Amino acid sequence: MSDHHHDHDHPTHTHDGKPIQEDPLPPLEAQILEASVRELLIEKGVVSADEIRRAIEVMETRGESLGARIVARAWTDPEFKEKLLHHSDDALLEFGIDMRPMELCVVENTEDVHNMVVCTLCSCYPRPILGIPPAWYKRRDYRARAVREPRAVLKEFGTVLPDSKQVRVHDSNADLRYLVLPKRPEGTDGWSAQELEALITRDSMIGVSDVRDPAESAG
Amino acid sequence: MEPRYKPGDKVRILQRNQPGHVRTPIYVRGKTGVIERIVGSFPNPELLAYGHTGLPYKMLYRVNFKQSDLWDDYEGPADDTLEIEIYEHWLAPA
Repeated sequence: MSDHHHDHDHPTHTHDGKPIQEDPLPPLEAQILEASVRELLIEKGVVSADEIRRAIEVMETRGESLGARIVARAWTDPEFKEKLLHHSDDALLEFGIDMRPMELCVVENTEDVHNMVVCTLCSCYPRPILGIPPAWYKRRDYRARAVREPRAVLKEFGTVLPDSKQVRVHDSNADLRYLVLPKRPEGTDGWSAQELEALITRDSMIGVSDVRDPAESAG
Repeated sequence: MEPRYKPGDKVRILQRNQPGHVRTPIYVRGKTGVIERIVGSFPNPELLAYGHTGLPYKMLYRVNFKQSDLWDDYEGPADDTLEIEIYEHWLAPA
């Protein structure tokens, strides 16, 4: 590497020519602890390796579709919407979800209000509904800036809001989890819940963007 | 457990330097807001995180702040707000 001076990253190769980068560090203490406990539980027959694998699979494949079904139901069923906003436990049970002891706080976007969720302390997220949080949600810059300059962050996500619209940031710092109930877009009268679901994205339920434009989704 | 505060009450977040698993971020400490709702009682995370039961439970509230009360140079309309969950032992009447 004689005169090979530069400071840019090499995402696809290392200087010694290997196609992949090796993990630079030994396992964390917590990783060793996790493996030890897991192996013990399997050895003692408390759980099986397949049960653990299945639980991880369920967690990681649970995505926005469940959240979209809940939102679409709220858009089309006013009674359910009231329940979701004020007694979310009961509303979620209708979808077979029991988040206890955590509680879901559903915040509604309206003509005048835009809600946005962040966890400044770590990465708290409504996993039973939305699955694994996106990488940016866990990043320090999102966590620090979402509370400090939410409108600038929203703009970077392509969401430019007029000053007449209030921005409410929710710091998911303790025992509640948050779901944004996006505003049902104009031009969707008469749409079925299933058609509406196709408009509802993960990011719209975190509150960094609007739902999809129905004009682009139709058909 | 009876909540000490009710929705609409003005509260100040205590300015306290406390090490450990504390769920009150520094940016709200010493700031004044309004109780938005009583969430209920939960195990104290400052104990729960270290293998204790979290007893006695602590009352948890959602507190609403005006962004301009949190940040002197907040760039945005005066109506913008931030809501966050705060345990009762971090609150004082304001």
